[in-house]
Amino acid sequence: MNTNHTLRRILLSLVLLLGLPVLAQGQELIADQDFGKGPNEIVVTFAGTVDRAMVEDPANYRVYEEQDPDILLALESVVLAADQKTATLTFKEPLNARLSHVVTISHLSEGGGTAAFTVMKPYLGYLFSILIGALLINNFVFTKYLGLCVFFGTSKRKDTAKGMGLTFTMVIVVSAIMSWFFYQFILKPYGLNFLQIVVFIGLVSLTVQAVDTVLRKVNPALFNAFGVYLVLVIANCVIIAVPLILADNEYKFWESFMLALGAGGGFLLALYLMSSVRERMELANIPRTFKGVPIAFIVAGQFALAFLGFSGLVIF
Amino acid sequence: MTVATDKTNLQLVVNGILNENPIFRLVLSMCPAVGISTTVMNGFMLGIAVLFVQVCSSCTIALFKNVIHPRIRIPTYTLTIATWVTVIDMVLAAYLPEAYAKMGIFIKLIVAFAIITMRLEMFASKESVNASFWDGIGMGLGFMFGMMALGFVRELLGMGTLLGYDVLGFKPLLFFVLPLAGFFCVGLMMAFFNYIEIVYKRAKRA
Repeated sequence: MNTNHTLRRILLSLVLLLGLPVLAQGQELIADQDFGKGPNEIVVTFAGTVDRAMVEDPANYRVYEEQDPDILLALESVVLAADQKTATLTFKEPLNARLSHVVTISHLSEGGGTAAFTVMKPYLGYLFSILIGALLINNFVFTKYLGLCVFFGTSKRKDTAKGMGLTFTMVIVVSAIMSWFFYQFILKPYGLNFLQIVVFIGLVSLTVQAVDTVLRKVNPALFNAFGVYLVLVIANCVIIAVPLILADNEYKFWESFMLALGAGGGFLLALYLMSSVRERMELANIPRTFKGVPIAFIVAGQFALAFLGFSGLVIF
Repeated sequence: MTVATDKTNLQLVVNGILNENPIFRLVLSMCPAVGISTTVMNGFMLGIAVLFVQVCSSCTIALFKNVIHPRIRIPTYTLTIATWVTVIDMVLAAYLPEAYAKMGIFIKLIVAFAIITMRLEMFASKESVNASFWDGIGMGLGFMFGMMALGFVRELLGMGTLLGYDVLGFKPLLFFVLPLAGFFCVGLMMAFFNYIEIVYKRAKRA
């Protein structure tokens, strides 16, 4: 009962912490705002009826992405619905719904009322969609074709698959977070972007070495079970691909964490699925020319076909 | 310390291309083999990059092998490779931007290709600079050969072209252009090589 209560409190505070940006809206003139159905739409609902001529004039709008206030987004048209409350802003180029957009509307009323507000997606849902995206929709093994050497090497037995997957998830989360800090606070401010590869792979080596040393001392039993996989982690392309993707997309902290977790979890999932099939395949009567690695590739191709079914899936 | 191989330079190169082909024999560096072997040109470009990184890192490690402490050898290898990958990454981005864009993230990922680290560990850390150089050439060419062979099959079957020129005039199996067909293509080609080997051995015995 007691632990349940504490757990609920922690969860609640977490939700509040992550949900805060969503609550920061607040403008009496605007009742609601969101991204529209199309990729280049924003829908604004006004609190009261507004003047059609004023609202439908694109010159009264200033829209920019929060991080680039200097670059104004070009507005194609504004259409006010028949209820005189809901306006649809159509832009010339598709919006990046990942980022929060700041919209300023001037001349809203006779006296020249101005409304400014921020449009963004619910943050928790967005984080969840990153996790699911990395886990299933853009599974690193089956849809991005990364980490295959280790994938084929360690998917013969279920035990090996689990060990490798867990070790890998652990290392990738730690190293991705470290890479994120290094990139945001050292590489970017000092203009050292060309050192990305060296720094990221260096951090991975460091993490692997550290986990190796700590595990050996703290929990020898665990080390005996997982130690052998640690060396293999470094030969896995995914471990270096994730920091590079984080840097390219300018992800924030929690987004980076979720992507790393999804990448690790996706690898574990892929390994487990594959090892289940390969264990059964040993009993099957396979032509001599296909025995071993060739048939594993064919099976992986079929998994990839199945994972193709997730493509285009949109959550939130 | 140096355990010189008894192989000549030529044998080292041939070994990399045939007996220990990185893609079809050692089954290493499969990510690019599946991901971007859709055309012969792609295979050739990535092959050049890998050849460069492999030769340079092999020579570097062979040169400094006596001063590298065994305990930290793996991080040392990775950082050496990362340095050379950065070099080729910047050179390609500057001089061949179109090909670089097609390759995407894979040029940067050379740093994690198992084949290069493995060659440093197995060969360059024990042999002379000269032997390491030729081994690097062999492995690089072997990788390039594998990638181009895959690209040849996939481009011919998928689009009916070779190096961008229309050869067949029709598209026999459009499926092979899809990135995921790389899995099937690699699997089928490995099976094909196995089949040739079996037939060859049988013929030899008879």
